[in-house]
Amino acid sequence: MSRIKTIETRDLNKSAVTGGCGECQTSCQSACKTSCGVANQKCENNEK
Amino acid sequence: MYDKEESIMIHQYKLGGLNIVIDVNSGAVHVVDEVAYDIIAMYEDHTADEIVSAMLEKYGDLPDVNEAEIRECIGDVEALKEAGKLFTEDKFAGLAGKMKQSPIIKAICLHVAHACNLRCEYCFAAQGEYHGEKALMSFETGKQALEFLIAHSGTRHNLEVDFFGGEPLVNWEVCKQLVEYARSREKETNKNFRFTMTTNGVLLTDEVTDYLNKEMHNVVLSLDGRKEVNDRFRVDAAGHGSYDRIVPNFQRFVEKRGDKEYYMRGTYTHHNTDFTEDIQHMLDLGFDQVSMEPVVCDPSEPSALTQDDLPVLFEQYEKLAQMMIERRKAGKPFTFYHYMVDLTAGPCIYKRLSGCGSGTEYMAVTPSGDLYPCHQFVGKEDFKLGDIWNGVTHPEVQDQFRSCNVYSHPECKDCWARLYCAGGCAANAYNSTGSVNGVYEYGCELFKKRMECAIMVECVKNLEQ
Repeated sequence: MSRIKTIETRDLNKSAVTGGCGECQTSCQSACKTSCGVANQKCENNEK
Repeated sequence: MYDKEESIMIHQYKLGGLNIVIDVNSGAVHVVDEVAYDIIAMYEDHTADEIVSAMLEKYGDLPDVNEAEIRECIGDVEALKEAGKLFTEDKFAGLAGKMKQSPIIKAICLHVAHACNLRCEYCFAAQGEYHGEKALMSFETGKQALEFLIAHSGTRHNLEVDFFGGEPLVNWEVCKQLVEYARSREKETNKNFRFTMTTNGVLLTDEVTDYLNKEMHNVVLSLDGRKEVNDRFRVDAAGHGSYDRIVPNFQRFVEKRGDKEYYMRGTYTHHNTDFTEDIQHMLDLGFDQVSMEPVVCDPSEPSALTQDDLPVLFEQYEKLAQMMIERRKAGKPFTFYHYMVDLTAGPCIYKRLSGCGSGTEYMAVTPSGDLYPCHQFVGKEDFKLGDIWNGVTHPEVQDQFRSCNVYSHPECKDCWARLYCAGGCAANAYNSTGSVNGVYEYGCELFKKRMECAIMVECVKNLEQ
């Protein structure tokens, strides 16, 4: 793949099997307080 | 009805000298050359022969572009599709909302003080009083709030408690007592309390500093950047700027904090759309974990961001990305809250679909013990959920929040950033559209720009390795 470099990412389809534990941060409250996204939140599931 | 073709979504953009391709549904990210960039754009709607012809016409003069090369690249795209890293379908609709179906609460925002020692004009909390009376939370009320959280947290181990205001340090003794009380309950309840605090720094004495550095999982320190920018809004009751009082406190605090997390958090407004100057100022002061947020206020306010500001802000976010790349190369890295994207170990799809837990997993508690969906809804009576003694007594309010997920906002259907954002902030949506299921379009524009920059920074880092 000389023209394409694939960056390592978490496969979201596979995470449908291993995810959903709910231990991660649930809101913006401990950070920005005004604009919640999820991309910057940590996954707390050690068994993923 | 499910439409396979419609569910596929690719986002392509050029930034920082890179051509980036995101496969939205798998989360895969690719850095490609110009030829592959165009091939991917044509791939789903054109035959291989049509693509070859178009590429030869556009790039035929280049030494490494010939028919065999182009067909090889088409083959690579096909292989990535087969591997589930390009042109994947959205098969997640059935998973949306799963995390909000359980009655579990795992985070509370304790409004320990509806009072503040500053009078920041842009404050969404109306100078800390949330359009109500000045009030301090008693220890008994705070204790009941912690018990309410424990009782409703089910099997969740990590519980988040934020001390918020107003200014929480005007009720410092109660904050300390509540930390001690929660710690005394951790072992017998098998819970781990993660405390955080948001403070303006005025009362950050040595004693407070040492205590917070020991007990707080994260601390949000409010500073808008340059002295003239900070002191425009962040003033005391007499109108005096706070910069000279708070900066030495923050520097001492961060110096003692070691490796623990904090955010030096600023707000930018229409008056400082050149906010990277403020971030640079924070870095010059020695802070290396920064956050800078667009102001949340009524569009009629002079400080409100305007449509004309948007292109300026986009440039600023790009400039910030370059600052991060250059400083990392120079051995002086810093983190920016919105650019912290962990591509390999970030949130699972359930989190990316359900987004903010406001009103379900997360609630705000007022000084008198009333429950609201989040700190930004406090004071909006129609959104009162109940109280910490009787629990949620307005389930119809909670249901609005339970139904919030990435599919409940029709506008998100066509948005490439939906699985990085998860539908956005309910308060922003309500404030701009009157519905928690609306979208704050201005915020969307900023969010998408930030994500493009954040992913670019990660790509640069990855390519350097």
